[in-house]
Amino acid sequence: MQSKGKWMLAIAAVLVMLLALAGCGGQQKQEGEQASNQQAEEVSGNITAVGSTALQPLVEQAASQYMAKNSKTQIVVQGGGSGTGLTQVASGAADIGNSDIFAEQKDGIDASQLVDNKVCVVGMTTVVNPGVTVNNLTKQQLVDIFTGKVTDWKDVGGSEQKIVVIHRPKGSGTRATFDSFALGGTDETAPGMEQDSSGTVRKMVGETPGAISYLAISYVDNSIKALKLDSVEPSVENIATGKYPVWAYEHMYTKGAPTGVKKAFLDYMLTDEVQGQLVEKLGYIPITDMKVERDAKGNMTQK
Amino acid sequence: MSKNFPLAIENKEYSSSGPGSLGLTAKGIHIHKRYIEYFGRTVSFLAAALVIALTLAIIFFIGQKGLATFTVSGVNAWNFLFQTQWMPDRPMEQGGPLVGSLSFIIGSLLVSLMAVAVSGPLSVIVAVFMVEIAPGWGQRVLQPAIEILAGIPSVVYGYVGLSLLVPFIRNYMGGEGFSLLAGFIVLSIMILPTIISVSSDSLRALPSQWKEASLALGATRWQTISMVLVPAARSGIITGVVLGLARAFGEALAVQMVIGNTRQIPYSILDPLMTLTSAITMDMGNTIMGSLWNNALWSMGLLLLMMSFMFILIIKLVVRRGGMIR
Repeated sequence: MQSKGKWMLAIAAVLVMLLALAGCGGQQKQEGEQASNQQAEEVSGNITAVGSTALQPLVEQAASQYMAKNSKTQIVVQGGGSGTGLTQVASGAADIGNSDIFAEQKDGIDASQLVDNKVCVVGMTTVVNPGVTVNNLTKQQLVDIFTGKVTDWKDVGGSEQKIVVIHRPKGSGTRATFDSFALGGTDETAPGMEQDSSGTVRKMVGETPGAISYLAISYVDNSIKALKLDSVEPSVENIATGKYPVWAYEHMYTKGAPTGVKKAFLDYMLTDEVQGQLVEKLGYIPITDMKVERDAKGNMTQK
Repeated sequence: MSKNFPLAIENKEYSSSGPGSLGLTAKGIHIHKRYIEYFGRTVSFLAAALVIALTLAIIFFIGQKGLATFTVSGVNAWNFLFQTQWMPDRPMEQGGPLVGSLSFIIGSLLVSLMAVAVSGPLSVIVAVFMVEIAPGWGQRVLQPAIEILAGIPSVVYGYVGLSLLVPFIRNYMGGEGFSLLAGFIVLSIMILPTIISVSSDSLRALPSQWKEASLALGATRWQTISMVLVPAARSGIITGVVLGLARAFGEALAVQMVIGNTRQIPYSILDPLMTLTSAITMDMGNTIMGSLWNNALWSMGLLLLMMSFMFILIIKLVVRRGGMIR
């Protein structure tokens, strides 16, 4: 009985201490924020960048490089998806919202409030199981496959094998890009499996005979086969010159024009240190290399 | 910290007092005890209140968000529960969005019920073996083994399923491997520890006289186990099974990795399917707060919450009907 009482007391004490700690933590954070507001000129403070998982690795590495140089700055990078990034930045909960798609393309977001900062370009390519003998598909063939009109590889020039379509979820940034630029705006209606994580998609395509899906080029490796689209190779050069159409900007949205530490970090994202080294190392395409431009409606123009 | 200070003084007073000052010591102990009691009672009351407040807050939040589909967006609850068409982004010109989630509900029910059907009997047998047949090494070897099984993160179960089970099913049984079969096999292994530990606890809690009396009447060990011990531990075993079912119903990641996620009702054990949890995790990052799509995901969350209420209710009823065994 006595020992039970002691245990209860110990547990209660731990709980109280945890609560007290949580309280202190909150207070400290508030003080830190106040301090950062006062010293905005010195470029110090905290930023949170939330959103696109496709962009997350780049922002994470750039942030850790930046923090190594500017010890007064604290940058927190989180995933959650493009939709989350746009919502969080629009509501003011995050300082930077990472997104694969233009804010204008997402219903329910007031794009006029947001300032678009494009940091790099990511190309997407059709990928198939290495056992599939097809190397090239036309746009029409892709549409037929992803709408379920063609269900066997022999109908698009391959050997006789069932086509297994692996979709991304509706609303995913990769799917939106693929649908509008590879399928010409057609919706994917073929019956098939869905998977969101790019790593799992790669594993599924690599191991399932006859599988087809699409991935960011940075995820392509030897376990899967990337296909040409209308005989154009999905290479960095072809994307930069606008020959290969399936690509998207990676946006880092801010609410209003970026100021202080936000501006400093976004400027850093465009320096040679990030664009020249980090961006290419991680499989993205530097924004500075692009010879074409595209607006939210998909109209492409030469730079 | 400062609250502990008078306590320390009293301790000193108590220890320094000689054998002659008995009355003062007793008084010291009395105050000390009362103080601890008061302090402990306040703290435990606050902790309990916090838990209740948290539970209520979560229920309120999910309820408010989940009901918005029906109250704000004006979706018919019947359509949400009993239609299979999931087109949350269909433009108004084509007839507006549809959020029928029947195929996810059926997927969740199928995969978790089948997992329990496999795991339940297996777990009860293991529990009986551990407690009644081989208490010695059962305790020494099986208990840690089950604890390890419980400690493996669900993403690891999912990854093993994806790497071994899915190719195995594809190569030897047909289909694409991503299937109801793969889903419930992975789940049935994941819920083994839950059911085993709850049922073995309830077997262990049985009064030893019951077993002795049965054996003394001339019953064999098998008769004792099957006709006395297992029926007597029935309510505990059912509690374990329901807890396992609840865990299977709520599991998201491991299942999502092996079931293929096709938004349709499965007609064969080798068909891919989708569960409520995988539907939520797949879509939540891509939806805008407050949109019908997002609200529909919250409604699915509310549905999961209501299912877990139902499971708890079942456990309460079973335990009451089974009577107090301890």
